[in-house]
Amino acid sequence: MTQQTQASAPSNASAKNPVLEVKELCVSYGKVEALTNASITVGEGQIVTVIGPNGAGKTTMLSAIMGVLGSRGQVAFDGSLEVVPEVERMVARGMTLVPEKRELFGEMSVEDNLVLGAFQRYRMGKRDHAQTLEEVYALFPRLKERRDQHAGTMSGGERQMLAVGRALMAKPKLLMLDEPSLGLAPLIVREIFRIISELRRRGVSILLVEQNARAALQVADYAYVLETGQIAMQGPAHELADDPRVIEAYLGFGGKHQAMLST
Amino acid sequence: MRTDRLVLGAFLALLLMVPAILSPYYVTLLNYIGLYAMVALGLVLLTGVGGLTSFGQAAFVGLGAYTTAALTTATDLPAWLAWVGASPWFTLVAGLLITAAVAVLLGSLTLKLSGHFLPLGTIAWGISLYFLFGTMQSLGGHTGITGIPPIELFGWTLDGGGEIFYLIWAFLLLGMLTTHNLLDSREGRAIRALKGGRVMAEAMGVDTGRARMIIFVIAALLACASGWLYAHMQRFVNPTPFGVHIGIEYLFMAVVGGAGYVWGAIVGAGVITVLKQWLQDWLPSLLGASGNFEMIVFGILMVLVLHRAREGLWPILKKLVPMRTIHKTIDAQAEPLPRRTLPAPGTLILEAKDVTRRFGGLVANNNMSLEVKAGEILALIGPNGAGKSTMFNQISGVDTPTSGEVLFLGKPVAGRDSREIARMGMSRTFQHVKLLPTMSVLENVAIGAHLRSHKGVLSSAWRLDRAEEARILKEAAHQIERVGLKDHMFDEAGSLALGQQRILEIARALCADPCLLLLDEPAAGLRYKEKQALAELLKRLRSEGMATLIVEHDMDFVMNLVDRVVVMEFGQKIAEGLPEEVQQNPAVLEAYLGGVE
Amino acid sequence: MDMSIALILGQDGITNGAIYALLALALVLVFAVTRVIFIQQGEFVAYGALTLAMMQSGATPATVWLLVAMGGLVTAFDGLKALKAGQMQRAGMVAGWNLAYPLALVAVLSALPVNELPLVLQVVLTLAIVVPMGPMMYRLMYQPIASAPVLILLIVSVALHIAMVGLGLLFFGAEGHRTPAFSELSFDLGPLMVTGQTIWVLVVSVLLIVALYQFFERTLYGKALRATAINRVGAQLMGISPALAGKLTFFLAAFIGALSGVLIAPITTIYYDTGFLIGLKGFVAAIIGGLASYPIAALGAIAVGLLEAFASFWASAYKEVIVFTLIIPVLLWRSLTSHHVEEEE
Repeated sequence: MTQQTQASAPSNASAKNPVLEVKELCVSYGKVEALTNASITVGEGQIVTVIGPNGAGKTTMLSAIMGVLGSRGQVAFDGSLEVVPEVERMVARGMTLVPEKRELFGEMSVEDNLVLGAFQRYRMGKRDHAQTLEEVYALFPRLKERRDQHAGTMSGGERQMLAVGRALMAKPKLLMLDEPSLGLAPLIVREIFRIISELRRRGVSILLVEQNARAALQVADYAYVLETGQIAMQGPAHELADDPRVIEAYLGFGGKHQAMLST
Repeated sequence: MRTDRLVLGAFLALLLMVPAILSPYYVTLLNYIGLYAMVALGLVLLTGVGGLTSFGQAAFVGLGAYTTAALTTATDLPAWLAWVGASPWFTLVAGLLITAAVAVLLGSLTLKLSGHFLPLGTIAWGISLYFLFGTMQSLGGHTGITGIPPIELFGWTLDGGGEIFYLIWAFLLLGMLTTHNLLDSREGRAIRALKGGRVMAEAMGVDTGRARMIIFVIAALLACASGWLYAHMQRFVNPTPFGVHIGIEYLFMAVVGGAGYVWGAIVGAGVITVLKQWLQDWLPSLLGASGNFEMIVFGILMVLVLHRAREGLWPILKKLVPMRTIHKTIDAQAEPLPRRTLPAPGTLILEAKDVTRRFGGLVANNNMSLEVKAGEILALIGPNGAGKSTMFNQISGVDTPTSGEVLFLGKPVAGRDSREIARMGMSRTFQHVKLLPTMSVLENVAIGAHLRSHKGVLSSAWRLDRAEEARILKEAAHQIERVGLKDHMFDEAGSLALGQQRILEIARALCADPCLLLLDEPAAGLRYKEKQALAELLKRLRSEGMATLIVEHDMDFVMNLVDRVVVMEFGQKIAEGLPEEVQQNPAVLEAYLGGVE
Repeated sequence: MDMSIALILGQDGITNGAIYALLALALVLVFAVTRVIFIQQGEFVAYGALTLAMMQSGATPATVWLLVAMGGLVTAFDGLKALKAGQMQRAGMVAGWNLAYPLALVAVLSALPVNELPLVLQVVLTLAIVVPMGPMMYRLMYQPIASAPVLILLIVSVALHIAMVGLGLLFFGAEGHRTPAFSELSFDLGPLMVTGQTIWVLVVSVLLIVALYQFFERTLYGKALRATAINRVGAQLMGISPALAGKLTFFLAAFIGALSGVLIAPITTIYYDTGFLIGLKGFVAAIIGGLASYPIAALGAIAVGLLEAFASFWASAYKEVIVFTLIIPVLLWRSLTSHHVEEEE
């Protein structure tokens, strides 16, 4: 497969007011570079997806943007540049990450999990979590039914909803989702993607990392393909969805099955 | 002449001359440094290399000192015991035996627990023993025991600081040589894997519990020997030098000097001892009060070292002497290690029957069955989260099925530990690479041959293992060449790209001479050429009769390589068959390509 | 031994046990939230007791100078960092808490006739001096290496313990002190004479445990600490920074330590290095709870207190040996119930 170079690649021109602009982000684990000069842009109200094989550096990229991992490069969020992103500051400024492993507080109730999502707002004196809680419950009625249950005893789909709901408690401008469909049944995957679309309608910008490439490309406006730590391809999501190279790389069934895909 | 040998030679020559050229004060100071360094050396092995620690080493020193003090001064010993007290050399053996017994007892209590229980346990037991020394009237209580005889060696009485100096430093250098040899051996690699590589080491057949016990006992014996020398140097013992705070000081010595390095023990003991002398003269007059104020400085110094230079002083000093890194030599003439006879192609190697695994309400695997035959590559594929890793864990014996069973060579895997499974001939790689980043590629791969070799601690310490070691290294080098990492053989494993680290894991697995290879996402992070090379290697292994199970994501890689495919989704098998068949299967296409609507 | 002696020993055991329970709870909390094994807990006990004693003797407690020094260092690190980043308000906050507050305390202590103040004010001042050292200590000593292995954090704790003992000797001298009881009240309960201080210790311990429980169950900050203990990554993603959680935890632990010292000072003579043994008994209890369970740790603490009291009657010379040897069967039991090969952090 030929890899497009960074210079000749198109940029996310459809992003009118960029909420997030990442330039030449690099992350190293010891002597190994896991992410090399990755540049991405998320526009206001956009859904942008990053797809790529396991081990390509997708999770690393989200962690670095969020400030969980140390990195080199530039991260500009909501108009101002972060020299060294710090998690608490990013949360306070309206960025939240729903991590791949959910990272729930298993031995605490669903409601406590949710309320903790508003911790940073509470700390800054914005004590409106009771109201936000009702909004999240309206979006996920199931969570309201299970409000007193321990998070650790819930099913996979409910946990993912709780993880998303908890992130929403921070009233984010940018929501980053790492593999939200991981290990979930089709019905629930559909529900999650419905909610992603719904959130965009409400004005939340979304950066979505998915290995379910097809589903991600269907909801996204713009997409990046990450391979061995580098952005290999990018373009409007619907274009990439039809790009034989993407199909070959992700689905591995070769071009001959494209016909089957479109049926 | 190599620079390192030159420096070492100069150091030894200086040591020989010390009693002749230095004043008794400095000889005594060096005697103490030697005694302390011996204890710190044990902590280098325990803490710096093995990742365990003890604040109770002073109590082991006390055991050595009190054993010899009590036996050599006692007048009313029962007849069967009296002969032991006749010579300090007998009491040294007695002290070492008692210490080993106590260390084994304490080790068996704490070493199975998480790492922090051991140090906490040692604080508690250090205090207990200290109070015991102080309260037992037969041991002289707080006044202690006087009149300990000097050591005699070939008719030479070591009753002065200048005489016992040679014995102390001979003991220390012997301890250092032994430790150095041990670390550069089969057992040494197992010990070095304790810090951050236990799961991997167990999968390669290393009994990490035993390895921990070994270093704990060695550290205790070094401390005991130091105590024996101390008692005969002072000719008097009381409980004070064996309290838990002195135990803490020993740890400071190891950490300040460089806990990961044999020479760090001397550097640390030297720095702390000299600094203590100096501060004890200087601080009380500065502060206008008397007391152990040097502890304030030591405490702060220690925190600063851990913040700023966690490796200690030795690596910094070492940079001052330019030394070439000396690579190991591979002896091409070494006899190859014995190999197992692989089962005939087509023999059933691995069989999973109706494996179901539940986690609470979650069914991670539901009625999964699969089989792998000799000379065949089977791929287990499925979307992320389909339950492949859970299945992999049950096959490799890390996890146990809720119902159903996994048979390897006809025997159930459940209930066996990783070591036993490795011994039966199953060898694996890890989804999240597990290697020892500061060790060379060669040494990492050599760990794989652990079960194919047998030399133990004593042979290693005294270099009786070299023939076998050459065979191990030759085998490791062979596997490294085979997987295409020859150019990186002497590089630090941590400096390889992620893809190459995965390949290293395959070489390590092959070094174990398995009949079943389990590979967890071997192609992740590899570039196109590397994937092709890996595929070639796996095909070659297949033609030799190896059975291989691959969990993989990369379809291209899988489809052009494997004989059969099992596809999983939501914990269940949704398809099985030849690659071409599976690619046409609508359920598979739906699982992989399934859209939103 | 007759019944009345047994009752007296029981009373002693439970009183000391209550203190060990408080310490054990703090140890479990600190370990759960920060992975730090808080060896220097005992020094906070001694600092609390001896600061109060020093105040009562009319001197300005030397610990306040340590507070000034630590605060100065924190201001130097964090204040300058905030200034560089142009965060004026933050810089002001840092300087206010870490520089202005300790200096104000110095002013208050030198202006007031502290030895004539009512006991309750002396206790408040003691806590005001000793407790802020907890979060400052976290900031200076642990925060820069917060992600280091447990073993490294443990060695730091031990180093700090050593340094604090040395400083204690410098501040308070080698002599022991015993402060007057909170209340001279005592009454007979059957054959047993119950002293006012015993009641104080028990009541304050119970109140403190209840207050802590409420804090962890009802307040968002308390929940944030629990969340950090359960899932550090998850908590961090909610904006609960490890630094904040660490400082808050160390605040609570220092508070519990210093208050325990104040409570125990009228019962036992406290020397500059007594804290270590008291703290370690809290540890034995915490280890009984596997450094994880609060209720088992608390029960273990009472058991340690009782064992100590009865051991001091039967074999007083071997009291410490018996208490610390207790850890061996506990470890044996823990060892037999654990089968995993686990990777050390």
